[in-house]
Amino acid sequence: MMKIEAIIQPSRFVSVKEALHEIGIEGMTVTEVRGHGRQKGHTEIYRGREYTVDLLPKMKIEMVLPDALVEKALEAIKKTAKTGMIGDGKIFLSKIDEAIRIRNDERGENAL
Amino acid sequence: MTIPKFLYLSQYYCERARRRSGAWRYCLLLAMILWGASGAFAQAAAPTDFSKGSTSEKLTQLDQRVTAAQSSADNAWMLVSAALVLMMTGPGLALFYGGLVRRKNTLAIMMQSFALMALITVMWALVGYSLCFGGNGPVIGGFEHAFLRGVGADPNPDYSGTIPQTTFMVYQLMFAIITPALITGATAERMKFSGSALFMVLWFVFVYAPLAHMVWGKGGFLNASLGGRFPTLDFAGGTVVHISSGVSALVCALYLRKRTGYPQQPMPPHSLVLSFMGACLLWVGWFGFNAGSALASNGLASSAFVATHFAAASAALAWSAAEWLKNGRASALGAISGAVAGLVAITPAAGFVGPMPALVIGVCAGAFCYWMVTKVKAIFKYDDALDAFGVHGAGGTIGALLTGVFAQQAINPIFGAGKAVGGLDGHWAQVGDQLVGVLIAWGFALVGTIVLLKIVDMITGLRVSTEEEEAGLDITQHGEEAYNLEA
Repeated sequence: MMKIEAIIQPSRFVSVKEALHEIGIEGMTVTEVRGHGRQKGHTEIYRGREYTVDLLPKMKIEMVLPDALVEKALEAIKKTAKTGMIGDGKIFLSKIDEAIRIRNDERGENAL
Repeated sequence: MTIPKFLYLSQYYCERARRRSGAWRYCLLLAMILWGASGAFAQAAAPTDFSKGSTSEKLTQLDQRVTAAQSSADNAWMLVSAALVLMMTGPGLALFYGGLVRRKNTLAIMMQSFALMALITVMWALVGYSLCFGGNGPVIGGFEHAFLRGVGADPNPDYSGTIPQTTFMVYQLMFAIITPALITGATAERMKFSGSALFMVLWFVFVYAPLAHMVWGKGGFLNASLGGRFPTLDFAGGTVVHISSGVSALVCALYLRKRTGYPQQPMPPHSLVLSFMGACLLWVGWFGFNAGSALASNGLASSAFVATHFAAASAALAWSAAEWLKNGRASALGAISGAVAGLVAITPAAGFVGPMPALVIGVCAGAFCYWMVTKVKAIFKYDDALDAFGVHGAGGTIGALLTGVFAQQAINPIFGAGKAVGGLDGHWAQVGDQLVGVLIAWGFALVGTIVLLKIVDMITGLRVSTEEEEAGLDITQHGEEAYNLEA
């Protein structure tokens, strides 16, 4: 089992979600986050006082998938989340030791 | 006798009285309230039968009816105006300030305005109205209307001959409420609620009441319409409300010192949407503030209404233009701040200047207050958190002075028919009289505020601890969170 953590542009989120649904992935956790990589922020001015805002809004999608689905999911995300500009985001992969379904105690890939 | 000893002795005697007989104190209070209430019921004239009587009797009755009709129109407008001015405090100012602070302090700043709506009302009922509008002393009123004794349906001819004195009283109350509320903008995010409440109560008695009496009260030596020694033209409260609160705000901001982390830590407004709504409510409410100060539903009210509106508009544009030139963009916060600055500046002038001068006053206020808030504040580095001084103190000052320039007898012959009023009439000396009024307002506010701050600091303390400031006033002062979005 692998965990995919994808940080993407908020405007691409709906397309990414639909693409993942199309390949049969239904379980995901989504959070609104703020962050930046090399993308510059912007300056806000309130009554003459300047504030540099370099934390930009992004969407984070987390999914734990059976090994078989991982490549297909990565392809789907890469294709739909990409705009070609700085700020598109990143995908991280990690190995998952165990997964448990709370309702009926199923374990392993059956729990996904 | 030192203050601590005085407080100790007062406490000691109160304890003794309470132990001896608690009931008598409540009976005394009830008796005072009833005594005050007994003076409040004045009978209106009984309706007459118009079909009977001689021609002269009929004419007398007709005259009475016409007067009653005029009173009815004036009273309707004045009651609406009173409601509009109250709306300026709640929710107008509460929203305007509420949106400008950080989320963790939203309720605290709103609570200060709301608490004043309650506190000042009670004080006004007990002694406030009498101190401001009773008596005929040069500096302060008297106690003849304490507990609103003598205040009823009959008009008070010294102030407003066509409306019940009750209406005049409750209208003026709304001004007394919003004036201390304005000060809370300077001490935002770091003032104790207990200290704030005590300070405002004392400030109302020792700063607002004398100023209100001097400018508007019978015998007041700045009163332009009742023959004061230095007649200061102040139609709706440029000196009484805005200069007093604005200058006091500056003193408070300096006394309390900066917020922790200011200016390095970013503290942008948490919701300009709230501020926007508040500003619009202020603009609309200001029609009651300025046009209502005509105390009648007449041409002067219309003139003041228009002047108010025009100044707000031109000031908003002026501030926005200044921002566009400086930053390349006009901001929402700038536009609404500009409008408020214009409304402040036109407050003393509203019933004395024409529509075109109102536009000019607005432009001057928008530009001047923009400069005060962005440049001057940065130079002197005081933490006037929500720019109470920059907008109200500065706007009130420039408005009061420009009133002397632009006042015209054609708009309001306040010194008598045919007598010149302001600079446009050739009476440039009026600007000097305006300056006297401005300086007295500044002086009173400065001295009064410093003294009262010291006193309150000794009794309850003024500033919250650094930990409380970090956690936020909503939680520490009121045990609440403004937004429980996860609920």
